Amino acid sequence: MNILFNHEKCSGCGVCKLACSIVNFTQVTPAKAMLRIEGLFPAPGRYQIHFCDQCGICAEICPVDAIALEDSIYRINEDDCIACHECVTACPNCVMIIKKEDDMPAKCILCGECAIVCPRDAIMISEEETKAGCR
Amino acid sequence: MYGYAGKILRIDIGTKEISKEPLLEKMCLEFIGGRGFVAKTLYEELLPDTNPFDANNPFIIATGPLSGHFLPASGKTHFGSKSPATGGYADSNMGGHFGPALKYAGYDMAVITGKAKTPSYLFIEDDTIEIRSAKEYWGKGSIICEEMMKKNLGEDFQILTIGPAGEKRVKFACISHDFGRQAGRTGIGAVLGSKNIKAIAVKGTGSIPIFDVKKAYAKGKDAFKKVSQKPGFKGWTPEGTAGITDWVNEVGSFPAKNFQTSHIDHSHMINGKKVLERLKITDKGCYCCPTPCGKYGHTKTALGSAYMEGPEFETISLFGGSCMLKTIEEVAYANYLCDELGIDTISGASVAAFAIECFEKGLITENEIGKKIRFGDLESIVYLLNLMSLKQNNLGNLFAQGVKTASERIKQGSEKFAIHVKGLEWTGYECRNAPSMMLAYMTADVGAHHNRAWVLGHDVVGEATNVHDLITAGADCDKRAKAIVSGKDSAKFVIDSQHTRPAFDLLGCCRLQMMELGFEVENYAELYTIITGEKITWKKILEISEKVWNLTRMIWAREIKGFGRKSDYPPPRFYEEPTPSGPNKGHCINLEEIDELLDAYYEARGWDNNGIPTQKTLDRVGLKNMIDGGLK
Repeated sequence: MNILFNHEKCSGCGVCKLACSIVNFTQVTPAKAMLRIEGLFPAPGRYQIHFCDQCGICAEICPVDAIALEDSIYRINEDDCIACHECVTACPNCVMIIKKEDDMPAKCILCGECAIVCPRDAIMISEEETKAGCR
Repeated sequence: MYGYAGKILRIDIGTKEISKEPLLEKMCLEFIGGRGFVAKTLYEELLPDTNPFDANNPFIIATGPLSGHFLPASGKTHFGSKSPATGGYADSNMGGHFGPALKYAGYDMAVITGKAKTPSYLFIEDDTIEIRSAKEYWGKGSIICEEMMKKNLGEDFQILTIGPAGEKRVKFACISHDFGRQAGRTGIGAVLGSKNIKAIAVKGTGSIPIFDVKKAYAKGKDAFKKVSQKPGFKGWTPEGTAGITDWVNEVGSFPAKNFQTSHIDHSHMINGKKVLERLKITDKGCYCCPTPCGKYGHTKTALGSAYMEGPEFETISLFGGSCMLKTIEEVAYANYLCDELGIDTISGASVAAFAIECFEKGLITENEIGKKIRFGDLESIVYLLNLMSLKQNNLGNLFAQGVKTASERIKQGSEKFAIHVKGLEWTGYECRNAPSMMLAYMTADVGAHHNRAWVLGHDVVGEATNVHDLITAGADCDKRAKAIVSGKDSAKFVIDSQHTRPAFDLLGCCRLQMMELGFEVENYAELYTIITGEKITWKKILEISEKVWNLTRMIWAREIKGFGRKSDYPPPRFYEEPTPSGPNKGHCINLEEIDELLDAYYEARGWDNNGIPTQKTLDRVGLKNMIDGGLK
């Protein structure tokens, strides 16, 4: 599975972020969303969706190899993680978060919920086995 | 209580005392939230004879139990105070993202009193509350200020600002947010200005407690799905509120030349299609909104170009109709200027149109104004907007008070075409042949505003229908050409609508999915029940809405000396001058019919002949303990 993004269709409503926090953490708190919407206002007047494209930089930087590729998705192994947060800092799209409750990092695992709930089709699920990206 | 953040934030900006108190369950159950909290707090905490610009006048920000939750359009934020525009009850709400952020920070409501010694802004980040210097932002336009603050604080802060007009206490100054959303009405921005508060920035990283998160998420998804299946989802959303422009004009309810008449010839130049063709860059949604009204774009005119959100219907009707601007680009430019100066587009355009009519009739001179002004001329409108917003000369100072005060000073019959009720300028529907909508304006609890009851559809087709169905059915106004004042019918339509629409302002979510698309109200009662864990029916929500309506009426009666039936009269233009042209040519409601409407309305509400709730009614609606023995 893969997720495609169409920035031009995004209206900045943030439904994706709220769904991300509810589905992944059972909490109503978009601050925990593992994607970002940036409003480029007043000019040029559009939205930019920042998302995890499974680039793997988090895994490369991890000093204890706690992030590994499984079925095209980089996952954090919390048993190995030492909560140094180097991955969060290194994420080029700034879409990794630190969970307040246990200080652990978290990242997108391509659950696809953001695409399921997007009312604008700005985020879509694709079954193609390629990296997440823009259309 | 589940669904709420759980705390009220209190800030005295003068003494810098900050406190956080628990939100009591009793208050939630009795007043729900949003404007219910605003009305309760104002009734209990506003000291008698407080000037709106007095440090003691509370500035209230309130969210509702549904704000910030996973459901369609849960982004509404309510502001309340004693109104600088009217001296009476004020609440004004806006979409965007501010209210949810406040809840995520942990606060359902904030009450701000006092006056800062120097220009300040409020910084709220979860538990951290600071009063910071706004020196670098003071004097800046609303949009520029927000851009600067986002740059300085970060993208994830939600910011509300006032413009120069708010700083100068223009009585129709607004609050701006998210580069194009406003709490426009009642001069609420001037209250912030009077407290020396330029802006409020909030970031919340917490979670809102919820009774059954899985069930609420499932129901929320179901609600989004149902909204997306409504015909209006694809039919109404593309143009948003601007899509109603041609219909309102065709049925003869479009304000033209300061409401002299009710039809224009150039609606095709300023309608929703033109917004899409000539302006739009992107749809711009409020929080969790699947059907964004906001159309963000760019406009180019002979006088300048600008990025701006809108214009939406009200701005189109007032600038394109009442001021007669000829193209959507010109309307959008006037819209942008109001946003940047920080004034309500509705009142700003109405004051401009009033000024031009005064000038045309020779009641004010070119020398006094500083320029010749005329309808349909962008240069005149831009000049007037700057004049009133920046209080640039004596007339600018006068116009900054709104059309009621301006007409009382100018006199010479100008009172007859000062288009307002209770001091608040009339919004975008001309009503000489729309008795129900006329009554809605007369009795709206902030002054002449359409958002408390929208019943123009009843006047045109004789029954309630959602807006998408109404406008797609066309503008056949056969029935309406013979619209007869039926006080009882009109009173019923208006009261039903006055309870239904403001019910959403209690809950903290937008009404447009219900009003424009026909998304069923029962869904909201179900969402409330799942989110809060308190079982409620829509009927019960309406009962609380009626209670709040009676409470706001009591605030008016307490604050305005001699408040009563005459406060509900529309301007004489509507009952003395028959419509001179258009589909409703010759129509005019008379004063006797106005009184018949009010008689029926007061009776149906259980108010006395002067429009004051009786003790029996106050007891019935649940205000017995709060307002025992009549007026305080």
